[in-house]
Amino acid sequence: MPLIEFSDKGLYCRQGNFYIDPWKPVDKAVITHAHSDHARWGSKYYLCHHLTKPLLQLRLGDNLYESVDWNEPVFINGVKVSLHPAGHIIGSAQIRVEYEGEVWVASGDYKTEDDGISGAFEPVPCNTFITESTFGLPIYKWKKQLDIFEDIKNWVAQNKENKKTSVLIAYSLGKAQRVLMPLSEMGLPVYVHGAVWNVHQALVNSGWKLPEVTRVQPDTPKEDLVGNIVIAPPSADGTPWMKKFYPYSVGTCSGWMQVRGNARRRNTDAGFALSDHADWYGLLQAVKATGAQKVYATHGFQSAFSRFLNEQGIEAGEVKTEYGGEEEESKAAEETEEIIMDNG
Amino acid sequence: MGESLLGNEGITMKQFAKLVNILGTSTKTNDKLQALQDYFEVAADQDKVWVIAIFSGRRPKRIINSTILAGWCLEIAAIEPWLFDECYHTVGDLGETIALLLPEQETQNETGNEHTLSYYLQTFIRIEKETEQVKKDFITSSWQQMDRNEKFVFNKLITGGFRIGVSQTMMVNALAKTVKVSSSIIAHRISGNWDPATTSFDDLLSETVAATDFSKPYPFYLAYAVDEDLDKLGEEDLWQAEWKWDGIRGQIIKRNKDFFVWSRGEELMTEKFPEYNHFKDQLPDGTVIDGEIISLGAPAEDGVFKPLPFAALQTRIGRKTITKKQLTEAPVGFIAYDILEFEGEDIRYKSMEERRQLLEQVIAKTNYPALHISPVISFNTWEELGVTRTKSRDMGSEGIMIKRKSSPYQSGRKRGDWWKWKIDPLTIDAVMIYAQKGHGRRSNLYTDYTFAVKDGDKLVPFTKAYSGLTDKEFAQVDSFVKRNSIEKFGPVRTVKPELVFEIAFEGIAASNRHKSGVALRFPRMSRWRTDKKADEINTLEDLKEMLKIYNQQGVVEATDL
Ligand SMILES: [Zn+2]
Ligand SMILES: [Zn+2]
Repeated sequence: MPLIEFSDKGLYCRQGNFYIDPWKPVDKAVITHAHSDHARWGSKYYLCHHLTKPLLQLRLGDNLYESVDWNEPVFINGVKVSLHPAGHIIGSAQIRVEYEGEVWVASGDYKTEDDGISGAFEPVPCNTFITESTFGLPIYKWKKQLDIFEDIKNWVAQNKENKKTSVLIAYSLGKAQRVLMPLSEMGLPVYVHGAVWNVHQALVNSGWKLPEVTRVQPDTPKEDLVGNIVIAPPSADGTPWMKKFYPYSVGTCSGWMQVRGNARRRNTDAGFALSDHADWYGLLQAVKATGAQKVYATHGFQSAFSRFLNEQGIEAGEVKTEYGGEEEESKAAEETEEIIMDNG
Repeated sequence: MGESLLGNEGITMKQFAKLVNILGTSTKTNDKLQALQDYFEVAADQDKVWVIAIFSGRRPKRIINSTILAGWCLEIAAIEPWLFDECYHTVGDLGETIALLLPEQETQNETGNEHTLSYYLQTFIRIEKETEQVKKDFITSSWQQMDRNEKFVFNKLITGGFRIGVSQTMMVNALAKTVKVSSSIIAHRISGNWDPATTSFDDLLSETVAATDFSKPYPFYLAYAVDEDLDKLGEEDLWQAEWKWDGIRGQIIKRNKDFFVWSRGEELMTEKFPEYNHFKDQLPDGTVIDGEIISLGAPAEDGVFKPLPFAALQTRIGRKTITKKQLTEAPVGFIAYDILEFEGEDIRYKSMEERRQLLEQVIAKTNYPALHISPVISFNTWEELGVTRTKSRDMGSEGIMIKRKSSPYQSGRKRGDWWKWKIDPLTIDAVMIYAQKGHGRRSNLYTDYTFAVKDGDKLVPFTKAYSGLTDKEFAQVDSFVKRNSIEKFGPVRTVKPELVFEIAFEGIAASNRHKSGVALRFPRMSRWRTDKKADEINTLEDLKEMLKIYNQQGVVEATDL
């Protein structure tokens, strides 16, 4: 019996009787990170990292949460469970599971470049590695974060010169905080959508020092916005809410922007291929660093990625999960949530 | 991205790549126009000539085929063909796939690539007849000096297929602002036969050269679809109505005893229509007529003519040589709409009423039965015209054109004076059975579908369609496809036959190349029938019935509908 099984509710450890990121309500859930395709409503108990807890509280309300530090083992029916930085968003973890000398690691979502706020990805040696593969094709090779930030700043400056507002589309949890750093260096006021505001407040309340932002309110004067910056989630893109910012230019921060057609399809003026997921090279590097004898790829281009690994002599299989996979689908999930959260 | 073109590096391939990037991603016409203008302001003359050539469809000849190009990329990037294919299916564009897969030069941002757009294009021409190895050396060493944007544009120049979000009209407008000449004059000067490799910018835009190129067509005036109440057009008698014929819009030109036929796509088609040789002898010198190239049934007597379905004409285009059989089965005529040049004078500024009189004069003096003047439909009220419109299909036409009698002949698509009022399409309800990923902007989604009708308890595929849904609907269908595929054949997925769509189309013809025995013209999804189940779709019998009604002119072997 494998240590972790792929069940219809999620990744299941029979020996410990717990699930990792289950997509249906269960008794015991170990959560990699607070994105809605990984942290779902309805379970009786959630185990996560300290940094993830306030975010789960924000998104899932009051529940039974237990939180731990990095590499602080918890024993569940003899199974040793510990969390290790995944570098995806604030609090994001890989889950290490060990029983009778056998080690499995479920990566959750991860990226290998240290973005300065999500923690640095830690390679965890294991026998079996369950990896995401959202961007598991060699066409995905990210530019360095600093270079992309430079592109974003140039774009904002250009808009300012043309007296346009820069509306930057970024996921409210993760990407929004990440782009805030370089934007705050520009000395321009930054306005945010309600969904971004809620996450921002939750983080500030739990002790994060983040640059100051202003929530866009129905009575925010139009003159205040001209030439400045607005950060909004994908769900706000193209809605009447944006009218207020006219004239504006829309920039989308997403790994999918790597392919021109996607930028055009989203009807965005500028696409920035800034992702919180590992690119092809990051995935390969991570897989190799674990030294795993067996790899399961999920969440994206799993068939191409696993086929490639097999050709490289690393035994790999593909697993179907209900995680976002192609960001589009997780976007739908996130959208509904954000509409609920954005009461104003 | 969004940066100004006016960098400090001088005007190299990098600036052109930036221009293409802005044109490809910007969602606002004004931004695109501005980017083009910025480019024209600073670019060297020879680069400008090439940009005009590229954006008006005058690409240099392809020097290498795509498969070989992809092979070099595989070699450099050291990846297996299957993985390349996987990437290509996701990106949907070969030039872009290659640009994304090639290794990035770490230092290229500092050193920069000094070569200009014209340098690359002139080199393509120079090495066109050289060995594959010479081409490989040039292309692969060029890749090494380029950033990703440049590689993309360079690959697009090699593979042809340069379709980015810019129309010829937009390019003309930007050029007009830069050189301060009216856009209709520019549009005319850059039309016709000219070779970017041997034409200088001054020559291209100067009057004298334009005057010596006798083949040059005028830019076509295109109509917008009627989008509001006809009453808003005002008094009926200010307007002239004609049938909208379904062929290929074209211009016939007789100048300097020479004769030319141009299609709206600015393709010279003189050789394709030997029938027109008769006009050549009969039209006076200095005549340019705008009209429809169209297959007509038996040579008409008494001015009555009936077009054959578009499929007939299709057997004539896209072929190098025309057989006798084709000439008799799909004879081509010309229906004249307008006259643009008369006795050597450009008369586009005259009112349509005046031009029509001249056109009638010219046509009356020829006596070739396949040259017709587009008949005027008489009507007293808009309502009456609406009733006439319902007979369009019986006439073999696709609706009605409404033109302001006082209008000059403008260039490009302009609102206000010319309107097209098309008939409602034919429709049939069908179920989706196969899906394939789209190309270009839909490269990551399943957006190309094959549809079937019922034949007893079998499903018979009869058409493909890939347009008509909103982005949101495409996303929903895409997710259905991903969850409900039964089999995978290469890029094609067989899907559970569950989703029903209303397919709209403009015409139907018999076809022995399709299993269903019919071929549709312009099929697209007009509605997602979420209210219908798969067993409520139309039958093959229904399709055949439509064929009987709308394709009475006889059976045509459709090649590529
Ligand atoms: Zn995530
Ligand atoms: Zn995810």
